[in-house]
Amino acid sequence: MKVSLTVNGEEVSASCEPRRTLADFLRHDLGYTGVHVGCEHGACGSCTVSVDGATARSCCMLAVQAEGCTVTTIEGLASSGELDPLQESFREHHGLQCGFCTPGMLATAHELLRDNPDPTDSEIRAAISGNLCRCTGYQFIVDAIKGAIRPPHDGQQRDGVVEPGAAASSRRK
Amino acid sequence: MKAAAFEYLRAASCDEAVAALAGEDTAVLAGGQSLVPLLNMRLARPRLVVDINRLADLSYLRRDNGNVVIGALTRHRAAETSAMVATDLPLLAAALRYVGHVSTRNRGTVGGSLAHADPSAELPTVAVALDASIRVQGSHGVRDIAAPDFFVGPHETALAPGELLVSVSFPVVPGAVSVQELPFRGCDLVVVAAVAVEDGICAQARIAVGGAGPTPIRASAVEEALIGRPVTDAVIAAAVAEFTCDPPDSLHAPASYRREMASVLTRRAIGTAVHT
Ligand SMILES: Cc1cc2nc3c(=O)[nH]c(=O)nc-3n(C[C@H](O)[C@H](O)[C@H](O)COP(=O)(O)OP(=O)(O)OC[C@H]3O[C@@H](n4cnc5c(N)ncnc54)[C@H](O)[C@@H]3O)c2cc1C
Ligand code: FES
Ligand code: FES
Repeated sequence: MKVSLTVNGEEVSASCEPRRTLADFLRHDLGYTGVHVGCEHGACGSCTVSVDGATARSCCMLAVQAEGCTVTTIEGLASSGELDPLQESFREHHGLQCGFCTPGMLATAHELLRDNPDPTDSEIRAAISGNLCRCTGYQFIVDAIKGAIRPPHDGQQRDGVVEPGAAASSRRK
Repeated sequence: MKAAAFEYLRAASCDEAVAALAGEDTAVLAGGQSLVPLLNMRLARPRLVVDINRLADLSYLRRDNGNVVIGALTRHRAAETSAMVATDLPLLAAALRYVGHVSTRNRGTVGGSLAHADPSAELPTVAVALDASIRVQGSHGVRDIAAPDFFVGPHETALAPGELLVSVSFPVVPGAVSVQELPFRGCDLVVVAAVAVEDGICAQARIAVGGAGPTPIRASAVEEALIGRPVTDAVIAAAVAEFTCDPPDSLHAPASYRREMASVLTRRAIGTAVHT
């Protein structure tokens, strides 16, 4: 089937079988290799992209479902060679080592800061609880997301409810 | 892994979806948060996948005669962030926050969670607690199924082959709510409770436990032991002692442990609800 969609502001189309996941379609048919594929069953978050303004695990969507959609991948974050503030903060705070989880972490963190511009530490931890990182131990990722909060975080902790996801393991049903 | 090949239909209407589902070996694709992993792992190998994501008329939240009716395709995230759900169905709002992550809730649907019928899933447990009514459409027309009859076993429902879940109606019940979970892999328990207290006396209680049996269990005996009594710790403990279940036994958690944890979570859920 032919699939036409907008990726990072560009209209693109390619043909694929219905069984092609959006993740594989973006990587293999369109060349957006910044979409990383870890588990292929929704558990690791590395394939997270934005679809019509909301994060989605691109391994849990068929490419044919994205017909007419607007997708943003990690390649769409930096503009004209300039890292976006969240990317810059990840670099500054060593929020990545091997970088495998990073595209998904950034997509997730972007949505968090859009919906909740001044999250508490526990809200940050809850937000990234569905994104697995085998390298950093997460603390530097939390620091990086905090570092990107605008206006600059004053370092004071707000009282916040502990989001359920903060304690829950990344489980699936 | 990669999915086995299948045919794909992007349904343009409920009638088209239902007509296609009447064929052999079909699967409805809603949020895809359970189905696409199953396809990728080849645990599901349907001949035809019927995608209902473009059926905008299955995505809504509305009040109707003391109920909140939710279209099957309503995303978890839309329900979670709805002001109507927050005021009229606080138990559902509280439970939704435990379902997966924002990125899975952005796509996962209310109907999909009910149809998937995971025994420890939050939404089926809320549906059983509130005695929700589930509307399904087939080639025969439309029928309503009470939640306790809808869930038949693990991942098994009263949906007949070819039927589409179209909406769910939750009665609005009074009271403060609590959701308690033990989210360990291999021992997933959830308890949901809505308890109304008037002058220190329990006026109404709705309690259900997920993950303690093949389907979510309504804790009716616990509810009966609470209603009309003062909500003291002793009364709550005595009420919880009325709860019985026959949970599965596994390497991860013996049945005795699950039974005890179900009681602990039920006590916590009631205690938290009455103290809010
Ligand atoms: C990382 C991760 C964590 C998760 N954590 C949780 C959790 O904590 N709690 C929880 O409850 N769930 C969890 N889930 C599952 C998630 O909630 C799914 O969204 C849900 O189980 C299925 O909803 P869906 O809309 O995605 O349905 P799909 O995946 O599209 O479908 C699921 C099943 O239901 C059938 N179906 C769907 N819609 C209909 C319909 N309208 N009529 C008839 N049949 C239908 C499909 O054919 C399929 O068999 C998790 C998933 C992931 C990936
Ligand atoms: S590859 Fe998609 S969530 Fe792991
Ligand atoms: S940086 Fe290696 S997995 Fe996160």
